[in-house]
This record gives sequence, C-alpha cells and structure tokens, in this order.
Amino acid sequence: MRFVDEYRDAAAARALAARIASRCEPGREYKFMEVCGGHTHTIYKHGLEDHLPPAVTLVHGPGCPVCVIPMGRVDDAIHIARRPDVIMTSFGDMMRVPGGEGSFLDAKAEGADIRMVYSPLDALKIARENPDRNVVFMGIGFETTTPSTAMTVLRAAEEGVGNFSVFCNHVLIIPAIKAILDSPDLRLDGFVGPGHVSAVIGCEPYRFIAEEHGKPLVVAGFEPLDILQSVDMLLAQVGEGRSVVENQYARVVPWEGNRIALEAIGKVMRVRPHFEWRGLGFISHSALEMSDEYAAFDAERIFDVPGARIADPKSCQCGEVLKGVLKPWECKVFGTACTPETPIGTCMVSSEGACAAYYNFGRFSRERVREATRA
Amino acid sequence: MCLGIPGELVGPAEEHADLAVVDISGVRRRINVALLAGEDLKPGDWVLVHVGFALSKISESEAKAVLDMLLGTGQAYDDEIDALKGSDIT
Ligand code: SF4
Repeated sequence: MRFVDEYRDAAAARALAARIASRCEPGREYKFMEVCGGHTHTIYKHGLEDHLPPAVTLVHGPGCPVCVIPMGRVDDAIHIARRPDVIMTSFGDMMRVPGGEGSFLDAKAEGADIRMVYSPLDALKIARENPDRNVVFMGIGFETTTPSTAMTVLRAAEEGVGNFSVFCNHVLIIPAIKAILDSPDLRLDGFVGPGHVSAVIGCEPYRFIAEEHGKPLVVAGFEPLDILQSVDMLLAQVGEGRSVVENQYARVVPWEGNRIALEAIGKVMRVRPHFEWRGLGFISHSALEMSDEYAAFDAERIFDVPGARIADPKSCQCGEVLKGVLKPWECKVFGTACTPETPIGTCMVSSEGACAAYYNFGRFSRERVREATRA
Repeated sequence: MCLGIPGELVGPAEEHADLAVVDISGVRRRINVALLAGEDLKPGDWVLVHVGFALSKISESEAKAVLDMLLGTGQAYDDEIDALKGSDIT
C-alpha cells in the first residue's frame, strides 16, 4: 500500500477506488487508454493499478514524444550535426535515443557539436552568440512543446537571426489517437486525455472520439487522485451509455485551449502529408513541418537531409507497447537486453516512456510482479 | 521535458517584453510569458513552465500540489531542474 502511505489524500483515494469498483458491472471488462506518458509515469509511480478492480485495465498510449521518434530521424539529425558549421541543440531527453547509427551522445563523443538545452530560446541564444555557425534546434514533442518552438522561430524572425533553424519533428496528438482507434488490435472503452497538450489544443478537438467513435474521453490531471477521478468519470459515462468529452483538469486546462499558442503554431508550421512514428509506421497528417513563410528557419530545406528510413530492431516491440497492445514486461527484451542504461527501444529512454516508468517503479509493486511472472 | 514545473512570478525581465523572472524551486530564471498575454500576470502569481515558456496560470495550492508530486518523481525532476539551471534565456 505504498500509494496510501505516500499520498496525502489517502481517504479520498480509497473512497474513489470503492466507487470505481461499485460502477463495474459483474462480468464486464473495462479498458481505458491513458494517452500521455506523464499519466503512465504517475500510474506506475503510485501503483495506481493496484487500486483498481481487476476488471479495469489502463493501457498506455503513444503520448511520449521521445518514444515515437523513428530511428531514421535520429540519423538524419546526426547527419546534420556532423557538419563542421553546425551546432545541434536538443532537449536532454533526446540525447540517448538510439538511431540506426547510435544516439546524439554517441555522435557527440565522436566530435559532433551537440549541446543540451533547456529551452529552444537557449538554442536561439547560442545562435546569436555564434554568428559564424549554423545553430539547429531538434524540435520534438506534442503540442506541449510545439508552441515554444514556434514562438522561438517568431522571435528569431523578429530579430533577424539568420543562422538559427529547426529540425522539426513535432507531432500531433489527434492523428495518433485516430490511428489507435482505427487499429484492429485493441478494443478500448475510453480515454484518459492528456493534460498539458490539452492546455494548448483545448478539449474540442477530441469531440470526434466521443461522437464518431462512441468513446468517452476525460482530460485528466497528473496527480494520483486526478487519474482515479478520471477513471471514475469514464466508468460513469460507460455505465450510463454516454460518450462525451469531459474536463477533469479544468483548474489548468481551459476548454478552448491557448489561442496565442495555436496561432503561433499555425503561422510558423504546417501539417506534413505523413510522418513516420517509431513502432507505428507512417501516419498521415500526423506531424508538423515549417511553413513556406518560415522556410528560412527550416533545417530540412537548408541542409541536405538523407531522409533515412531504418527499420526498428527485430527484438524491439515498442510499437505494440505504444499502441497499448503489449504491457512493457511482455516485451521479450524488457529488463534483460533493454534497460534504461542500454535501451534498445525508445520507450526505455524517457522517464515518461512506459517501459522506463515500469522498470523504475512498477516492478516494485508486488501485484505487478506477480502478473509479470505469470506473463 | 514534458513536466510542467510550477514557478512563482518575481517580476518582469528587462531584456524583452515577453520575458519575466520566476522562482522555480529556489532557482531564479527568466522565462517567456507571451503565451499568457491575456492573463494580467502579477508578481506572486504561479505558472506552469514548460521548456522555458509559461503555458498555464495556476493557483498557489495547485502549484504546491504539483511540486509535491514532482519532488516524488526523483530523477526526472532533478534532471529538469539541472537543465533549468543551465538556461539563460534573453
Ligand atoms: S523493453 Fe525496450 S524494446 Fe521492448 S518495448 Fe520496451 S523499450 Fe521497446
């Protein structure tokens, strides 16, 4: 009962767990997907699954930005980074993501100038300070980080910084959810919707999930109680035969999202015809590239990019994990060949990846270990 | 990178109109607040900071709850604070 010891609202959690159990119809199974890696992290960290009745399963979705970057894009970025005139800048999470020919860290060790930054604005500063070098920012992330990249490009344009560009890998959450809904592998009863992404895009874009697919979605916060409450709201909808979009995280997420952020993205970027996701393959209209107006800041147009396409390693089952078809411990290399120190797949790299979260926390939960040894 | 970290606004920054100084777990850094232009931010307000940008204004009690939770994430939070310490946005 780690969760109860640690968490300040233990009584509230117990009450919610009891209500969740009472909402389950006998003999029925419920499967909800938490789309966001931050939720996956909370769920494993706090052993939340142990507080749910056996009939309710949470499956982990594709919402970990580092996890979905395909190997080819890492290789393309390293190809750019190896140019002597280039300084590549990247969030720390990206540094250990394996490409076909190693990671950013490996390329750095071999002499490429790759620097970790906290913010794209730090990359812009490096560009100002190094006018004789081309500073490229490795843009990754869902709509949570995309506005920062877009705002940074607007700032660079305003200042006329000519040696700054973006290698854009920003992805969109809605097409990823669509791909999962269209995949025949998985029967879901609803979604725990992402929190911070929704602070940007708002709640309206999820409406098709409820209206066309008949699945409820509840935008959820990141605390254990938030997630339990969202599961309760989902079960209430299922029980009443309703499917609507609800916002459990209204204290942070405005229903209409952030207009300034959306405008900045719309100005600087446009939707790509298709983009490859690690483990999921090509998904149409699922990512962003720089718009024509901001072509001068597009690393893909400035540099010659090989457009590498590299199949995931045979032993890697990240695709199944990202679609929620496999639990992390069901992957054949989990915890043996694939660990956070020596990741084979991306889900083991970021702390929000399902495999890393489970490796770091989940395996300490007795219930889970029992399940893992059974699997 | 996906963690939203609560920061308390200290005041505007001189370098650019879009910037403000925040206190994040005792670390004072400049961040960009242009995404919250409509919010009428004042010193003492709390915001959730993502990669150098304030993305949402939050209440103080929400900020405390998020901080408590982040402190429990251990390494992920330490990494984020370390990265933030290296940040010098202008
Ligand atoms: S254990 Fe490693 S290879 Fe297997 S799914 Fe997880 S990250 Fe991918």
